[in-house]
Amino acid sequence: MLTVPQPQVERNEAGLIERIRQGESELFYLLIQPYERSVFMAALSIVQNEADAEEVAQEAMLKAFANLKQFRSEAKFSTWLVQITINEARMRRRKDRKALYDSIDEGKKDEEGDYIPVDFADWREIPSEALEREQLKRALAKALASLADKYREVFVLRDVQRLSIAETAQILGITEASVKTRLLRARLQMRDALAPGYDGAWTNDNPQYKKVRPW
Amino acid sequence: MKARIIEISCLEVWREISNYLDQSVDPELRARMEEHLKHCNHCAAVLKGARNVVTLVGDGRSFELPAGFGQRLYAKLKSQGKAK
Repeated sequence: MLTVPQPQVERNEAGLIERIRQGESELFYLLIQPYERSVFMAALSIVQNEADAEEVAQEAMLKAFANLKQFRSEAKFSTWLVQITINEARMRRRKDRKALYDSIDEGKKDEEGDYIPVDFADWREIPSEALEREQLKRALAKALASLADKYREVFVLRDVQRLSIAETAQILGITEASVKTRLLRARLQMRDALAPGYDGAWTNDNPQYKKVRPW
Repeated sequence: MKARIIEISCLEVWREISNYLDQSVDPELRARMEEHLKHCNHCAAVLKGARNVVTLVGDGRSFELPAGFGQRLYAKLKSQGKAK
């Protein structure tokens, strides 16, 4: 079995890129290693299936290698890499979906009206220790999958990967105002998707809401 | 004299909740929202839930790489001379 090298603690990214461009190809893995998770999550936000996302992630990394000469040093490498991944994932998605479905999807662009959040009386905080539990992870993944594509993409870059509004806009090729509008919708929908079934704290008197939180 | 805070509706609060979490609403609107949130349980619950979502998903443990992901990537790159 191959032993994966330890990630470098201190790294000179610009120097690494330059050396790879000069022909030291074997340094490429060290360059992309810190971004494995970002690339995978970016792919997953679009193709929505772990196996496909992994394939897309690998292909995106290879594409980044092939195009490294085009990378401009004033840009941020991580942003560029995620952008390549998003493009790769979108191509894959387009291929997988029927043309009809795709065109309906396109037609709905930017017509979001107001989203009315569900009135649960209260949502008791889910403690972050609960993340150790598979059940919560599955609930998060399911909630994420329930978002429409355009909301999920923004949400993953901004809230899962914690990129700025500006970076998210740049990567997705949309305006910052669109990022904000979609983010609002995504966050509210995630809240609505996660609360029921988990929240023992609903103070609603209806007995069917008296579910016990699994942690 | 204390400045008068003009009331806003729930709908207006919901529209700005995400910007509020990102601390990108101006101080005047922030004050109006906070005044509203003091008295409106629904909006307070929406804010709390949305904040909880952002905290949870931003935690690196929420979405993990599939087992063996790093290994497979390394093996692939190594086979192509792109890793040591």
